Formats: sequence, C-alpha cells, structure tokens
Amino acid sequence: MFSGFPLFPEQASSFAADVDNLYFFLLAITAFFSTLIAGLVIYFAIRYRRRSEVELPEPITGSTKLETLWTVIPAIIVMVIFSWGAKVFLSLHRAPSDATPIYVVGKQWMWKLQHLEGQREINELHVPVGRSVKLIMSSEDVIHSFYIPAFRVKADVLPGRYTSIWFRAIKPGEYHLFCAEYCGTKHSGMIGKVVAMEPTAYETWLAGGPRDQSMTARGQSLFQNFSCNTCHRSDGQGRGPVLEGIFGKTIALQTGQKVIVDDNYLRESILAPASKVLAGYQPVMPAFQGLVNEEALAQLLAYIKSLAPQAATLPASTPMTPAPESERQKSKP
Amino acid sequence: MSTFTAPTVPVETREHYLNADYGVRSWLLTVDHKRIALLYLASITLFFFLGGFFAVLIRLELLTPQGDMVQSETYNKMFTMHGIIMIIFFLIPAIPAVLGNFLVPLMVGATDLAFPRINLLSWYIYILGGIISLTSIVVGGVDTGWTFYTPYSSTYSNSYVITAGLGIFVAGFSSILTGLNFIVTIHKMRAPGLTWFRLPLFIWAHYATALIQMLATPVLAITIVLLALERGFHIGIFDPALGGDPVLFQHLFWFYSHPAVYIMILPGMGIISELISCFSRKYVFGYHFIAFSSLGIAVLGFLVWGHHLFVSGQSAYAGLIFSVLSFLVAIPSAIKVFNWTATLYKGSISYQAPMLYAFGFIGLFAIGGLTGLFLAALGLDVHVHDTYFVVAHFHYIMVGGTVMAYLGGMHFWWPKITGRMYPEGWARFSALVIFLGFNLTFLPQFVLGYLGMPRRYHAYPPEFQVLNVMSTAGASILGVGYLIPMIYFFWSLKYGALAGPNPWGATGLEWRTSSPPPTENFKQTPVVTEEPYEYSIREIKVV
Repeated sequence: MFSGFPLFPEQASSFAADVDNLYFFLLAITAFFSTLIAGLVIYFAIRYRRRSEVELPEPITGSTKLETLWTVIPAIIVMVIFSWGAKVFLSLHRAPSDATPIYVVGKQWMWKLQHLEGQREINELHVPVGRSVKLIMSSEDVIHSFYIPAFRVKADVLPGRYTSIWFRAIKPGEYHLFCAEYCGTKHSGMIGKVVAMEPTAYETWLAGGPRDQSMTARGQSLFQNFSCNTCHRSDGQGRGPVLEGIFGKTIALQTGQKVIVDDNYLRESILAPASKVLAGYQPVMPAFQGLVNEEALAQLLAYIKSLAPQAATLPASTPMTPAPESERQKSKP
Repeated sequence: MSTFTAPTVPVETREHYLNADYGVRSWLLTVDHKRIALLYLASITLFFFLGGFFAVLIRLELLTPQGDMVQSETYNKMFTMHGIIMIIFFLIPAIPAVLGNFLVPLMVGATDLAFPRINLLSWYIYILGGIISLTSIVVGGVDTGWTFYTPYSSTYSNSYVITAGLGIFVAGFSSILTGLNFIVTIHKMRAPGLTWFRLPLFIWAHYATALIQMLATPVLAITIVLLALERGFHIGIFDPALGGDPVLFQHLFWFYSHPAVYIMILPGMGIISELISCFSRKYVFGYHFIAFSSLGIAVLGFLVWGHHLFVSGQSAYAGLIFSVLSFLVAIPSAIKVFNWTATLYKGSISYQAPMLYAFGFIGLFAIGGLTGLFLAALGLDVHVHDTYFVVAHFHYIMVGGTVMAYLGGMHFWWPKITGRMYPEGWARFSALVIFLGFNLTFLPQFVLGYLGMPRRYHAYPPEFQVLNVMSTAGASILGVGYLIPMIYFFWSLKYGALAGPNPWGATGLEWRTSSPPPTENFKQTPVVTEEPYEYSIREIKVV
C-alpha cells in the first residue's frame, strides 16, 4: 500500500465501510447538484443567448412556490446527512466495554505507546485484528492528533487531559499513522505505522515484552514509591478514599456535585487533587503536577483501574474494568 | 460582440476624481472614498501577489515527497505567511474595502461614505497592520500557522508570534471601521426614493458583511490580547498546567474566524447578483430571498464555529449541535445559487468577461458548498478533518468563490473606476485559464484528503506524489491566469477604449454618473423612482 497511485484509501477497520458509505452518498449528492446547476447554467446560457441588442426578456421576478421547493428539499437532504453523520460519529464515540486499552502519549515529535501487558513502542502500534482497541491519549507538550486513515479514525491529543478513540482492525497489514494537528517544526515527521496482526501473531508479539513489568505492576510500584498506599488503604482506615472498585462509579463531591470516576477524573485527582474532593474527605492530598510524567500517570491509572472491589492483591496482568462510555463525553470542563 | 460603441480618440478632458488633483499628497491625504478604494486596491494587490509568492513556494516544495527544497521550519513559516497574508490582508478587505468602498456611496446615491476621514484612517490602520505583520517575516518569521493554536503558539514556538499577532490585531480595527462606515452610510445616506427593497443586492450583501465585521472582529482582538498575555506572562488561560484550557483558544479563535469566512464570501455573492442580472437583462429572481439569505448567513454564521472542533476534544453533544447548525447555514447559500440560476431563465444572456467569472463562481462555489456538507457531517469529518480535503474545500470557497467574484466585479466596474475598457478577448481568455488552472490545482486535493494526506506537511509518503504534481501543475496555470489581468488592466489605463457612463446598459445609480465619476459622484442628487434591476421593463441604453 505504500506505493503506486491510489485514489481511495484501504478499508482496514470496522468503521471504514460506514464512513465510506456516507462519503459515497455525499459524492452522489454533490455530483447530482453540481451537474444539475452546471447543466442548467449552460443550457440557459445557450438557449437564451442574446440574439438582438434590443430584446427585452420576460419580466419574471420570482416564484414563492419555487423558493419553498428549493428551501424544503435541501433542508430535508441536509437533515438526512446530519442524522447519518451523527450516527456514525456516535458509534465512533462509544467504545465497547471489552475494548483493550492502549495508552498513547504524543510529544514533539513522536508517538509513545504502552500496552497493558508491558510492551512499549515508539511510532509503531501493533494491534490484533478482530478485537476492539481503545486508545487513551494525552500529550506532553502541544496539541497533536492521532490519525489512522485506513481506519478512518482521528482524535486530537491534548496536554492536560485524556481523549480517546477506538477501532477494530479487520485486515492484517501495515497502515499509515499520521499526526494531523500541526505541532511545530517536524510535524510532518511525526508519523509511524500501525501493524494489524492476526490474534495469534499478536499474542506472540506481546509475549516478547517484559512480562514482569506490565503497566499495572509498574503502576503498583509507583503507588508504593509515592506512598499513596499510606492514605489510600484498602481497609477503609486511611485518610483518603478506598480506591478498590472506585473506577466507573458515580461519586458525590464536597460541593454536592456528582461525578463519574473516569480516566480524566483520576488524572485530575492525582495532579491537582484539591479541585474535586470526594465528600467526607479533607483536601490533604499533595498535588503531583510536575512530579509524574504522562507515562507514569498512565501506569498509575492502569493500576488503580485494576483494583477490584474487595481484593487487595491481584495478579499484575488482570484485565482492568473499562469505562462504560468514552471518556470524552464526560470530560468537558 | 461588444456592447459598447467603437471609441474614437481615447483622450479624456472632462474633470473627474482622478484628475481633480495631482501629486502624492492628493492621494495620501484624500478623503474621497473612490481614491481610498484605489489606495486599497494597490495595497491588497501587492499583498495578493506576496501571498501568491508563498503559495508558489509551497507548491514547489510539494512537487516531491521528500522535504528537499527548504527546511521544514522554513516551510512552516511559508504556509503561515501564505495564510495570514491571504486571509487578513487580501480576502477580508478585498471586496469590501476596494469595490465596496468605491461603490457603496455611488449605489446609494451619496457623495461619500458617512465618515470620510475614518475611511482614510482605516486604510492607514490597515497599512500599519500590514507593515507590522511583514516585519515579523523580515525579522525571522512566524511558524504557528495562521490559526495560532495554543499551547504551540503560547509556549512552544520560537518564532515571532506576538509581532505577527499584533499586525492582525491592528488590521482588525481597519475592518471594524469599514463596517461601521458602511452601516451608517446605508442607513442614513440613501438617495430620495431609494427604499430598502430598492437597494442593489450588492448593498444588502455589504450590509450583512459589515454587521459581521463589527460584531466578530473585536473577539479576534480579545483573543490575540489573551494569546500575547499568555505568551509574555504565562497567565494560565490556555495552559493546562496552570489550570487553563488550550481548546478554549480554538473556541475564541473560530468565533471570529468562522464568521470571517462570510466576511470574505458575502460581498462576492453581492457582486454575482449584480453580474447575473445585468448580463441576462433580468430581475434578480427572488430578490427578497437573496437579500434575507445574506442576513440569515450573517446570523447563523455566528453559531457554527464548533464545527472546527469535532475532533478537538469538544463534547459529543456540542458536536451534534454545531453539526446541525452548520447544515442549516448551507440552506441560505443553496437558495442563492438556485436563484441565480433561475435568473438566467428566459433571459437575454451575453458572455462578456464579468459574466464568465460569474458562471465560474456558481460552479466553483457550488462544489465548495457541497463539499462543506462532507465536513459538517460528524462521522465523516473525523476522517477528513485536518487533511487536504479541508484545504481543497476552503480554497473552493475563498479562491473559487471570493476571488472569482472579485475579478468579475473588477472587470464589471473597471470602466466606472478608470473610465477605460479592458480588452475583452484577453479578459475572456484569462477567465478560462483561471477556471481551468483552479480546478486542476484543487480537485486533486479532495482525493489526497480522502486518502488521508494531512495538511501542513512538509514531506509526505510517495504514493501521494502524482496528485501533488497535478496540483502544482494546476497552480502554475492559475498563476499565469492571475498575471494576465494584471498586465492588461495596466495596459488599459493608457490604451483602453474610453468608457461611457454606462457601457453595459446596466441599472443602478453608479451607472447614471460619468465614468470616472466626478469627485462629488453626482452633479445633482439622483432620485429613485423604480424597482431595482428593471432590465425587462425598458431598454437601458448603452452609453
């Protein structure tokens, strides 16, 4: 796919066909109306060309009937397009609950990716064919945008909060990965490839990583190094809330406001804990802004999300509980 | 088939605004709206060719996939300057400040704009803004893109962001003052009998434009001030580490910059209504619908900025609302296109150069508008956002639309402005060259965009090369197309046939006075007794 003279991108994800169908529908609309208008203009221009310098055309001023017609018909058509576009968009937005999370960090000018199992990659993303994958993304510096044309997915990657996209690859192969939001000098060098593999090949590839250093294991040691465990105790006797099973729950804040504990809430509560304090607790936690980098933060999140309701110790590679919905919907400040 | 009688000796002896006074002072201190229009004409033409020069460099770099002609840093500065110059210093002032300045008082039968000195002031402010922005190139350039997205512009860019921003900030006031002048003039200085619904649609379009200029531009000024404060003092509005939000900048920026698209296109639509009507000798079909659709676009245009943020981390619900509003703003544009087409029906159509530009406008604007639907459709925008599809789309609107309309208008009113005819054959030829060159430049970019080529890329994967070569080839044809009118317009100043007061047999007050008009526009105040565009009622003599 990296050569030749293509006119149409490969369809390599489960979305591609949905997006392309809408595209073809719009191409048909465009072709129809362009031809209609150009055809009428050319036909009128020839049919009613000036034959004499003194001719006076018929004094036609307008027609309310026609105006209604060409207001209502376009209005109906655009509402159809709107609904179709919204449907595709919402399905892009709602990740299935069993999607495998992969953490993405963008920085000038590279992509850093972490798999839960411990594999880390730069400018390359290996994904299994046929399984849903959810990317949880943040930036260390400016705004980037993670774009895989063959999958028809793209989302800006922001400093200071998580955004996410999800996809399901349907065809093994190598595909372009682009940064789509202008990010400075080497913007066009912030590219890479996505490698979609058959599940068995993917498992083999994953197993090549450092098994003992899964994200949750790394998160757990960070959790201890920062002494988070002195206050966030699983027995409920600590000064901070119990974290076991907290992910995905709706909790009440001191202000009475209710929030869902999602990636962005956890992120904010680590970096700037005083901003949204859980009801019944004192704002005593120190802020970790500037003390943990994006990758370490992702590891802490992976660990916290892996904490099941009662248990205190879990095998490091336990699948985490995913967010019921995409983070982005709830993350609007 | 020329519609004007063969000229005799092309020497003008009558006194008019051009020969009323001579010398540099008489131009730089003039308060005559017609002379100020010419000051603007000279300035925006310079900026157009400067912006075009950057476009040439961009297209040359993209001829090959490797970034091998200039450094990526230089490339980034080139597309930034191309955008800033073309949008802020050419497209925004082009039609209002040149043709609008010249024609609004003439069309409403007034002796000048309401505030002639403010009009001159607006030109000086524009020039000051232009000099400041050009200074930023001379001292080292700016590499943020014309969109200045934070936190790149506020924290990470090592280029002259504040200088370039200051230039835009200053130039904005020129736009505000022009808008103010138009609104007051249109309200208060219409000739006796010239009721609102007797106004040419050019005036309605400029009225709608002026509203946007006055209401939206201050938000741009505020945004630039915040950006400068953030960059200079880290006040934390856009920096997440200080509790700010980088996406807030995008909201503020597009709150101006989306309506700004309508500042560029609405006056062009006004020109097209005049041209289609005159060269088909018909009433404008659905006059009221076109007039109100201009206002509709101006109002709805304020409510659609969020469609630039569908993948920016904006909430999905906000996305839905901005999507539906963006589709609504398509409807008044569609109404205009259908009405122009219907105006041709049973007309008496002639194919002079201005009409060819109008035909070109309808075709290109239709494609620009229809491809806008792709971008307003949420699920599809996710894929094409920030790709060459967007680049192609907005060039169809801004170049295929605004520049075609501007050139059509320049040809149409050239005899009024200069008192001379341009060479018709060359003009038709260049209109055709521009139309073909434009399509060859930008049609391949739609395909590139759907393939996934991101915009603002200095180097790109090799499989995109063929389409990029086509685009560069088209751009060279387009460049030639723009140079031809430059040459013959200058030529016509001396050798063009003398134009009578009304070489096209057009309605409208501007054609009732001599060409070029006297400084006071009309020897006596015109009185309007008829509806606009009464081409079919009585024969209008070509004089």
